[in-house]
Amino acid sequence: MPRPTGLRLAASAAVLLTLAACSAPTATSGAEAGGGTLVVATAGEPDTLNPVLNYGVDGGSLIFDGLVGRDGRNQLVPALARELPSVSDDGRTVTARLRDGVVFHDGTPLTARDVVFTYQAVLDEKVDSTLRSDLDMLASVTAPDEATVVFTLRYAYAPFLQRLALGIVPAGALAGQDINKAAFNRQPIGTGPYRVTSWTPGDRLVLAANDRYWGGRPANKSVVVAFVPDDNVRAQRARAGEFDAAELPPKLATGFDAQAGYQVVRVPTADYRGVMLPMGNPVTADVAVRRALNAAVDRVAMVNGVLGGAGEPAYGPVPPSSEFAEPSVAGTPTADPAAATALLDAAGWRPGPDGIRVKDGTRAELSLMYPAADSLRKELALAVTADAKKIGIAINPAGLTWDAITPRMNKDALIMGYGTPYDPDFVSYKLFHSDFAGQGFFNPGSYASGVTDRALREGRAEADPARRKAAYATFQRQLATDVPWVFLTYLEHTYVVRDTVDGVTARVEPHEHDVANSLWWNIHTWSRRS
Amino acid sequence: MTAPTRTRRRLAEAGRVARRRLLVAVPVLAATSAGMFALGAASPVDPAQQYAGAAAFTTSEENLAQIRANWGVDDPLPVQYARWVGNLLRGDLGWSTSRHEPVADVLAARAGWTLLLVGAALAVVLVASLLLGTLAAYRRGGWFDRALRTSAYAIQSVPVFWLGLAAIAVFALSLGWLPAGGLTDVTATRTDPADVARHLILPVGVLALSQAPWFVLFIRDSVADSLRDDHVLAARARGLPGRTVLFGHALRTGLLPFLTLIGTHLPELVGGAVLVETVFSLPGLGAVTVQAALGSDFPLLAATTLATTVVVLTANLATDLAYAAADPRVRLE
Repeated sequence: MPRPTGLRLAASAAVLLTLAACSAPTATSGAEAGGGTLVVATAGEPDTLNPVLNYGVDGGSLIFDGLVGRDGRNQLVPALARELPSVSDDGRTVTARLRDGVVFHDGTPLTARDVVFTYQAVLDEKVDSTLRSDLDMLASVTAPDEATVVFTLRYAYAPFLQRLALGIVPAGALAGQDINKAAFNRQPIGTGPYRVTSWTPGDRLVLAANDRYWGGRPANKSVVVAFVPDDNVRAQRARAGEFDAAELPPKLATGFDAQAGYQVVRVPTADYRGVMLPMGNPVTADVAVRRALNAAVDRVAMVNGVLGGAGEPAYGPVPPSSEFAEPSVAGTPTADPAAATALLDAAGWRPGPDGIRVKDGTRAELSLMYPAADSLRKELALAVTADAKKIGIAINPAGLTWDAITPRMNKDALIMGYGTPYDPDFVSYKLFHSDFAGQGFFNPGSYASGVTDRALREGRAEADPARRKAAYATFQRQLATDVPWVFLTYLEHTYVVRDTVDGVTARVEPHEHDVANSLWWNIHTWSRRS
Repeated sequence: MTAPTRTRRRLAEAGRVARRRLLVAVPVLAATSAGMFALGAASPVDPAQQYAGAAAFTTSEENLAQIRANWGVDDPLPVQYARWVGNLLRGDLGWSTSRHEPVADVLAARAGWTLLLVGAALAVVLVASLLLGTLAAYRRGGWFDRALRTSAYAIQSVPVFWLGLAAIAVFALSLGWLPAGGLTDVTATRTDPADVARHLILPVGVLALSQAPWFVLFIRDSVADSLRDDHVLAARARGLPGRTVLFGHALRTGLLPFLTLIGTHLPELVGGAVLVETVFSLPGLGAVTVQAALGSDFPLLAATTLATTVVVLTANLATDLAYAAADPRVRLE
């Protein structure tokens, strides 16, 4: 009798095959091999290609367009909307007029009905969409005529237009179906520069140029996105010359600096890593300890040592590339142990016999959790531990799985990462507003500050850009004073690109980047010299 | 007793055994799938969070709760299990929450490639190990035997993914003879058998190589032993040519236990296939199975577990029947 082995599961497949006939990827037409085809490679394969189910929701999705899109500087530009949608004076009614003559890949014309359908699908509780959380300000969406869409909001929400980059799906192809299980999710129909020719999960996605694209015919005939989850394998296949562009971790990408025929593109991101310090922990509840840790960490050493140079120091949740960034919150990029020890001394934390500080019988000792599978966060945790030891704070790093981390977040520090370049409200509101204290991954440390709450609320309600900027400046300064997080670094995404490819325009990227929103967000304008 | 009668009787015996095994298989499958669900219930992983991926960090708890309610994953375990069995009996394997498609589709699209990989590797391993093992046994202690044993032990100690990466480095990067991964050329517009075959040479070779040591060493020992058996010595004494004695007499005796070895080794071969699929970016079942396990995707896990059980039971039955066919002394009762 064969003994069970863990990995044996896949054997099963063999038998089921006899039940379900093997389906090879179907032969495709339209895409031509050769000069007109660009090949890109990435680790992240989407689970679905339906925007309603979270595919490419921030635009750059190649297959779909939103009412608005983003240019190379992440500024909103009209896409399926004729011009940027207008917002009423009370901020609660947003009206979009549709571009004329746009057709979906199947030839059906785009109408307001499609836009209404898309947003109503997201709001439908029967649909397994996580986007609903991002659109909780949306009360209703209606189409007064074929070319007009009106969004009614529950409350004034200044960055609402940023939420309109969501790809529009054709109502006709999905109405009356269970969207969760529709075949559309694998064979989607959009208005974007490419239509899907074939998708072999685990292997590649083949896209063909949409010759009727409203933004002009793409500069190449087709695009292949190869899915190669393993970093080393992806690097080796890139070295073998298979790809025109490939996403690689910084240390592997650096190897291509010396490789003829390739250039390494380092793209700044809004993706930060930091230490969340919970207010429920007796040590980190003391603001002096939090400030001391903030001064004690050596961010430059982390960027150079942990990130291989692919990053920059972080001092707050608004990336330096954002127009909302407040420069005054930037601290010293290297460690300042003198300032840190002075803060601790002044607060009454005195060094004990073993060098670890003590105050009123409380030892300056805490656990720092990180997801065990994430080697980057692990190395950051170890770096923070070493820096803290120098000022007399003992940190016990703990690599755990998320299910072990979640129940401890209210009292143990955690290496966390977030970030989106589009609007400071997006992530920060839930992360730092006291309304969300202790709610799952939203503000797990129960940080509460009246000043922060007011600034965050003003930032989302206020339409005037100058006032918004002032509100977020207040918010960032208050965070720098209260230090609920020690922000460590912003990451850079690194890509290797063939020298012969023209048209590559890097723009600041969010955390998520796979088929959508990667370096190839504008691949329809890329061309290759032969 | 005449030969046809004997054959008929043995066939009837085989039929009875198969039916009896089938009866045993039903409770085994039920127990396996129930155990699968019980383990799943004990898992602390939230499938909705896993489904949300990175969006889990921006998704509200009520949003996740709604998704769980849509799936019914918060229902009591017996209810979930009964629903799953009911659907299974109707031929519906369920919906994979980690892959966002029907379980049957996941298996249909991927199982073929895993099966092709495993099947081809098994064929290569069998032919190569029979040949090499027998030759090594014939000149036991000679330079070929020693070289073969040394390399077998060396290969056995090397992890299969390392073999894979080394093969890519040599044959794809340095020599440029074979592609480094994927199922077809990335720019291919259709799945051309010749293209697929070229892409499978390295993965099949690596998988076969990683599994070969067991089989080679086994055959070598087995044939070496039987070369000292009376009937082989007698065959030699009769003056039969060396090749006839080696392949016709010695190898044949050594083959019987080999059948058992294949049966018991199949799961390891599949385990190796999972790693090989990862290294060579092949769209087989390996990666999805791991993803399903991490994401508490019970329908997909249950289907793969169930099918594995079926494979093991079938392999056992097939081994026993083959044994009986090969050796008249074995009784099936």
